[in-house]
Amino acid sequence: MTTRTDSPAPGDTDEAGSWTARLRSRIVGLVPAGQALPDRQPVYLASWIYVFGVLTLSALAVVILSGGILAIGGAAWWHVSSLGLFVNSLHLWSVELFFGFMVIHLWGKFWMAAWRGGRAMTWITGMVLFLASIGTAFTGYLSQANFASQWISAEAKDGINSIGVGAFFNVLNPGQMLLWHVVLLPFGVGALTVIHVILVRRHGVVPPIDAADPSTDKEA
Amino acid sequence: MTTAQGTQSRASTRRDKTPDSHDFPTRSYDLVKEFTIALVVVIVLTGGLAAIFSSPDEKSITMSTWAKEAPNDLIATATSELAGTSTSATYGAPYNTASDGQKIGPLSLQKWGGVRIPVDSAGLVLGPLAGVSGDSTLTSALATWKSATADQQTKWATDYSDALSKAPDGDPAKVATGEYGPVPDISTGLLTLAKTGGLEGILTSSGNFYGGDQTQSLLLLSDGAYLEDQARARNLGGDQWGMMNETGNYPGQPWMWLYTFWYQIPPFSTSDNADAQVWGLMMLLTLLLMFVPFIPGLRSIPRFIPIHRLVWRNYYRRAARR
Repeated sequence: MTTRTDSPAPGDTDEAGSWTARLRSRIVGLVPAGQALPDRQPVYLASWIYVFGVLTLSALAVVILSGGILAIGGAAWWHVSSLGLFVNSLHLWSVELFFGFMVIHLWGKFWMAAWRGGRAMTWITGMVLFLASIGTAFTGYLSQANFASQWISAEAKDGINSIGVGAFFNVLNPGQMLLWHVVLLPFGVGALTVIHVILVRRHGVVPPIDAADPSTDKEA
Repeated sequence: MTTAQGTQSRASTRRDKTPDSHDFPTRSYDLVKEFTIALVVVIVLTGGLAAIFSSPDEKSITMSTWAKEAPNDLIATATSELAGTSTSATYGAPYNTASDGQKIGPLSLQKWGGVRIPVDSAGLVLGPLAGVSGDSTLTSALATWKSATADQQTKWATDYSDALSKAPDGDPAKVATGEYGPVPDISTGLLTLAKTGGLEGILTSSGNFYGGDQTQSLLLLSDGAYLEDQARARNLGGDQWGMMNETGNYPGQPWMWLYTFWYQIPPFSTSDNADAQVWGLMMLLTLLLMFVPFIPGLRSIPRFIPIHRLVWRNYYRRAARR
């Protein structure tokens, strides 16, 4: 592979005003150099609790993949096909695992006070992700087109209507719920996940509570 | 390593004294390998659980099933829709203005949402029947209903509804004699239509070939007792932790345990505004958890309950030796 460097023509010094250059520098600066995909981590990162973040990400990948296969077959496919039912089962159980891992990850981060050191937004995006995931799973239950979705929607309408949201988010309309489930909420969850992971890489993994500052070698 | 980020983190440390993570000694850590192994583990776990336990798919209740299994309930529901006494008829926003709906203290959030999905409860019965032909009794009953005043319609339907509630098993055949106008014939007409299997289709499509909105058919079905009876038989009632449970022996939505929990205890379990109050409480708790980094006292809980000592036990052990 040969690498070529474009050299500006004489007199072309407008890079500072270039939107493209600004965007590139913004993207490159999101994460410190070498921290986007580092092969080394701080020494204190040595516990099984750290695995649950990546397990959550892995489960999300399986949720999206199984949901995508369900979408190929269509809304009613899994009711009439044994293969469809199996894919629906993959979707269900990956969601259960996803939430299990995420809740352990969340409480692990709580007890580590992982918002310290300018990481409040990492914590907040994680919490919003948790809420968005609950909404996504909930709309999935409403989109099943079976007895469970009949009863859940009949019950849920009272909760949603009681705060005035039912006027815009009609849980009795499975067409609307299905679109929220397969488009809007997954897009939100996906975007928040990317932001959350970038924030984690940007700030690094939170040091232990009361850890001494290695740069000054003083007790913090 | 000094980076822009490191500088930023150090500025924040002046407040919470947390060192920059990039300043610590490092050890080899293979993120891609970790993710790959995690993905394989999740795929195997998911596949195993799916193969062993499958997933629940209990068929939906049809109007035909309702009509055949609980005809008296369907008759009573149709009559209450005509009388304007059903749950949906007296609901308020977003379906009608019959009531202010639920409140959180002085806040009428339900009412403020507005009537954006207007539903005429009598229309849930009369609408589908308007298209029925070849039934002269029903045609005549509908004509009588239409020509009567609103007060007369309400009186007929209310009297018949009361009589049904007093009849043994709510059986229309055992209702006391009274002046009920065309209401018995209309409600029987809806029962007949439901038995044919065509009722939900008419309610859902509303003249549109591509019906995709089940609001009306679900409102009618949930106005009756049959749906709730079926749900309660499966331990799915609101006071049976039903909001987090699932049909069959499946985990359902355990992440909703706290939301469901409040419905099981007073004052929520006995409140007319339970839904609004539980939502309000959950919003408050969620905001507290979300903004815990900024709330003095709450943000210090992990420091006082030293579970973090387990997570970082190796680090603390090494630090103590130094």
